[in-house]
Amino acid sequence: MTIHDQLVNDLVNNEVEFVTTVPCKQLGGVIEAIDKHERIMHVPCNKEDEGIGLCAGAHMGGKRPAIIMQNTAIGVVVNTLVTLTQYYRMPLPMLISYRGELGEPVACQVEMAVHTKALLDQLLIPTYHFHQEEDAAEFDAILKHTYMCNKPVAILTDATFWKGY
Amino acid sequence: MVRSEIIKLLVPVIQDELVVCNIGLPSQELHQTLDQPSNFYMLGTMGLASSIGLGVALTQNRKVIAIDGDGSVLTNLGTLATIGNNPTPNLVLLIIDNGSYGSTGDQPTYAGARTSLTEVARACGSEHVVECDAADAVETVKAALAAEHGTVIVCKCESGNVKVPVITMDPVVIKDRFMKTIAATQS
Repeated sequence: MTIHDQLVNDLVNNEVEFVTTVPCKQLGGVIEAIDKHERIMHVPCNKEDEGIGLCAGAHMGGKRPAIIMQNTAIGVVVNTLVTLTQYYRMPLPMLISYRGELGEPVACQVEMAVHTKALLDQLLIPTYHFHQEEDAAEFDAILKHTYMCNKPVAILTDATFWKGY
Repeated sequence: MVRSEIIKLLVPVIQDELVVCNIGLPSQELHQTLDQPSNFYMLGTMGLASSIGLGVALTQNRKVIAIDGDGSVLTNLGTLATIGNNPTPNLVLLIIDNGSYGSTGDQPTYAGARTSLTEVARACGSEHVVECDAADAVETVKAALAAEHGTVIVCKCESGNVKVPVITMDPVVIKDRFMKTIAATQS
């Protein structure tokens, strides 16, 4: 099984039925697998704060949501995470490509990478970092944890995890 | 006619309906005029009423009315493309377009100048976009709720605000009663 299918299976096994995405090269395979999966409604969004709004609605409509995005978007969604997701106590797994780590060819990506964990820490968002492929074995438990505690939770996946670009 | 008068006139139409309402004065006016468990008030996060409304509409069967403003839609303009590309028969997006940022002191928006949100919504792919005057708001919303397709309504009105108290209800209570209302009616 590919790592993409493994992650999507974990989503499905945890009854995640609504996923919104903003693409990243690293996450292309997962997004494709989500789009094809018949048990997941995939609604691409234009910007990550819009996506978190969609997820808030899906949660209240009775479906478990998730968002897939790039770490650069942490700079976009701070207000939304605080005044919507956290304020109303909504669960939200955020599967995030962690650009700007080892193997990154684009220098500008490092500028946001150095702020990523500090921002998540400041927001008191539980954060997990997948560096090696076997780290993904925790994804199932992370999803269960997210829906147990009704919080946004970040899963950072770096270039080493995705085995380069 | 200003927004608060439109909301008052809409009471018989939106009573017991699922309503997702924009941050600031619109939610405060709705709360004062018709507080009900099926209202979701946004207490923060400008611009996402339409996105939250779309999310609710896509994941359950009942009609959803998202009450938004022109300034808020402008801050999340991509939402019209998402709505236009994901036809949702149970979503009514009501944009009350008073050409101003009401909650911050009626500063003018571009929607009150050269930008037509009606045309933007059409260009974004929504098939059923209706522009109406405040006087026709009730009939237009009633027709949209009865329709078997989703509708984007751009309701033009005058800018202006009335004094209303802020919402002090706990956000988790707002969410909880809204979710329970939905869960009670899903098969």
